[in-house]
Amino acid sequence: MKQHVELRNHPAELHKFRFRLSVCAGFVLILFLILYARFYYLQVIQQEHYYTLAEANRIFISPLVPNRGLIYDRSGRILAQNYSAYTLEVIPSQIEDLETTLNKLAEIIEITPTDRQRFKKLLKESKRFKSLPVRSRLTDEEIATFAVNRYRFPGVEIKARVLRQYPEKEIVSHIIGYISRINDQDLEQLERNGELHNYRGSQHIGKIGIEQSYEKQLHGIAGFEEVETDAAGRSIRVLSRTSPVPGNNLILSLDLGLQEAAEKAFGERRGALVALDPNNGEVLAFVSKPGYDNNLFIGGIDQENWNLLNGSIDRPLNNRALRGVYPPGSTFKPFMALAALELGKRSPEYSMSDPGYFSLPGVDRRYRDWKPGGHGRVDLHKSLVVSCDTYYYSLANDLGIDNIHSFIGQFGLGKRTGIDIEGEVAGLLPSSAWKMSQYKQKWYAGDTISVSIGQGYNLATPLQLAFATMIIANNGKAYAPHLVKQIQNSQTGEVEDIPAKLLYSVYMKPKNLEVVKNALVDVTRPGGTAAKAGANAAYAFAGKTGTSQVIAIKQGERYNEKAINERHRDHAMFIAYAPAENPKIALAVLVENTGTGGSTAAPIARQVFDYFLLGKPAEAAVAQLSEPVADHDHEHL
Amino acid sequence: MTEIKKIWHFLTRYVDSFLLIGILALMAVGLVVLYSATGANIARVSNQMVNMLVALVIMWLVANIPLQQMMRLALPMYILGLVLLIGVALFGEINNGARRWLNIGVTRIQPSELMKIAIPLMMAWYFDKHETALRLRDYLGAAVLLLLPVLLILRQPDLGTAILITASGFFVLFLAGLSWRIIAGLGITAAGSLPVFWTVMHDYQRKRIITLLDPSQDPLGAGYHTIQSSIAIGSGGVTGKGWQNGTQTQLDFLPEQSTDFIFAVFSEEFGLMGNTVLLLLYLLVIGRCLVITGNASTQFTRLIAGSITLTFCTYIFVNMGMVSGILPIVGVPLPLISYGGTSMVTMLLGFGILMSIQTHPKLVKT
Repeated sequence: MKQHVELRNHPAELHKFRFRLSVCAGFVLILFLILYARFYYLQVIQQEHYYTLAEANRIFISPLVPNRGLIYDRSGRILAQNYSAYTLEVIPSQIEDLETTLNKLAEIIEITPTDRQRFKKLLKESKRFKSLPVRSRLTDEEIATFAVNRYRFPGVEIKARVLRQYPEKEIVSHIIGYISRINDQDLEQLERNGELHNYRGSQHIGKIGIEQSYEKQLHGIAGFEEVETDAAGRSIRVLSRTSPVPGNNLILSLDLGLQEAAEKAFGERRGALVALDPNNGEVLAFVSKPGYDNNLFIGGIDQENWNLLNGSIDRPLNNRALRGVYPPGSTFKPFMALAALELGKRSPEYSMSDPGYFSLPGVDRRYRDWKPGGHGRVDLHKSLVVSCDTYYYSLANDLGIDNIHSFIGQFGLGKRTGIDIEGEVAGLLPSSAWKMSQYKQKWYAGDTISVSIGQGYNLATPLQLAFATMIIANNGKAYAPHLVKQIQNSQTGEVEDIPAKLLYSVYMKPKNLEVVKNALVDVTRPGGTAAKAGANAAYAFAGKTGTSQVIAIKQGERYNEKAINERHRDHAMFIAYAPAENPKIALAVLVENTGTGGSTAAPIARQVFDYFLLGKPAEAAVAQLSEPVADHDHEHL
Repeated sequence: MTEIKKIWHFLTRYVDSFLLIGILALMAVGLVVLYSATGANIARVSNQMVNMLVALVIMWLVANIPLQQMMRLALPMYILGLVLLIGVALFGEINNGARRWLNIGVTRIQPSELMKIAIPLMMAWYFDKHETALRLRDYLGAAVLLLLPVLLILRQPDLGTAILITASGFFVLFLAGLSWRIIAGLGITAAGSLPVFWTVMHDYQRKRIITLLDPSQDPLGAGYHTIQSSIAIGSGGVTGKGWQNGTQTQLDFLPEQSTDFIFAVFSEEFGLMGNTVLLLLYLLVIGRCLVITGNASTQFTRLIAGSITLTFCTYIFVNMGMVSGILPIVGVPLPLISYGGTSMVTMLLGFGILMSIQTHPKLVKT
């Protein structure tokens, strides 16, 4: 058989191939000889040199961790800062019996059960030769006591560290996020990005929120020091030093006073509020209630607190403003109204008689208005002021889902707004193509009916609703929402503005916009669904109420009946901007399980507007931002 | 008795025992070094053992595939790889700058890894088709087959993989008989375009080359790696410092000790003597691969075997070269020794193909 094959294989060609293969083999041999020569050079000729170097690899290049940039609100109030403190740290690989050592340590320095829990969790997650904190913020007394007993504790050290602190805790936790200890995944990520060397020595990295998305700005550039050490690894003297470059400071567009006012207005209720500046997309307030104490995560959260936060029925870790999707309810109607006018399906003058329900031609099923008996004769203006459902049912049928999808899509619903923190979800603005690909079902006319009043396959985040409201407020300009307003260079103190980014413009006829905007103002006046919230306002504002139905509660959860009922209640919604002429603020409010938008969500918006437009309480006067603010002095710690 | 014999026969029928012994010996060395490099971390070592087992099973499966089937796989594999690479370019996960991974629902994959095998397969298949009269335009066609995925990988950017894949494709071209004049021309063009290449390189890639010339430029980053690994190798001397006694390794001066820089650990602890043994082991495996290549009966099998063998050599040279400071740092693992599952599987997949070529009845062309 072989004979046969070789005959067919053109001996000349085989010969040529074998010749080429030999050339390659020769080449490989040469490369291996080069390698061998290199080894010989390093290991025989230069052996002594390198051996000395290894022995004295007591010239330790020790990284200097840069100070992390600070975070301020727009008026210079501090949201994330650094402080230096002494921590008691342990290198597990240098200790034979950790438990005994900890017990002995506890005799001279207070170590609480929480400290122990947190340390155990850290131990599991970290490499054994890494220094791990047992306690932080040691007092002078404790430091002195340890110094006397130090000889008893090899592998235990007191270290000066710069630690992070979030003074505002819950109030801004969903914006700022937190830093936490660098884990294996972070390391992998850093390695892939070629940034690992810049984190040699760094213990923390931004995990969520601004701390994560602006990690590059905040972290700074590591410096290094060539330190000579003795045989035991203690440093003797510094040979050379390159200072680290501290991270840049961030100045947010957030108005902490406004944020606090909004928090106060919510009280103990759950929900979210996003307020944007319609002139540039700056985020003025960004509330997700409840928040959580983000300081807990910095040193590694202990199991007990983690269970409390993660297991809570109120889900404080969930960023409702960014990631919570809710049916927009009647807040969807202004966009439907604009679609009707712009696509010529309705004129402002057209009116219909509302019997309190709507039926599709030839179908018996009745879609009911929220008001039994209906609203009588309803035109577009009235449909918004009293929030008539029937008007939109019939409009939906004339528009069709794909017109709704493409027109209202321009307001950013169903898409991420691209805000400068990560984790945003897209919500859902359905189309017939979407339903086909999702459920392999055709779109029914009845589906459009529910979508028209913001129910059914219709989901939006509070951030998206604020974004959409902004586009109405400023007559069609879609500015990218952003939280960071300015970046202050840590070294020069120069402040660089982050310019407003106009993503695109939505073209709408001025007279159509005027019709809708006038109606939205009347929503907050006597006769409107938000009349109570609008009473006695010193300025005119525009808004739209909404109610978002809670569809189901998860099976098998263990709440008492009262709680279940409470959580079955509808969510209240309100979108608004103020002042009605020349708006300075546009927002969306969501209050979970409290019923209608007019009664609970709109009053919150009113309080926020009052604070923003009528002046801030005197005690909120704040330190102005002038010089560079990072505390550069701690670099060496 | 006969049952056992049958099973034994089933297991070993398509396995080349010479090659297998070489591979197992290198793997054993790898585990011994890994134990020391990870600071006696049993979990890491057993993890690697699992990687090896999986890779060996895959090798065995591939070795059992008859050659005709293998040929049939070439085109679909190549197209799949290309589609996935385009997928990466369009929808890949970006990790600040680099776009290498594709999320396909159940898991994330790195299609460039698939290409390491698909390219030589495809090119060998291509030349096998055009065997009768190779003309310039056949080579041009092959070059296009090679350049398409390479450009996509360069764009990710992933220079290390792009170089290795280019090499594996070039080996096929060379073995298929690309004329010396063209090779010389390519060499001159390459040298001439170096300045151009320099300007289109990414900052970090340029930095790596500057660092090679002067490691002290960047003592915390890439330069640190080169400085510390040179110290590790050099201080090992002729006999080495002994297993688990390397100060560079154990005091954690060496970066990436268990993956790309594991050779420095070996070299520090086993010295020039250890290096000699290791190089000889590698040469033994390479020698066997060359024999298999030389005996391969068809154009397809010859080219694929040759390319796999030479790519294996390239891995070894590039890794040892970078660790010992004569090549810039590109992320290339030391085959069969470095920690990690992906490269282990890719390597053994290649060896599986070689075994199949050696053990299956030689192909008869019709």
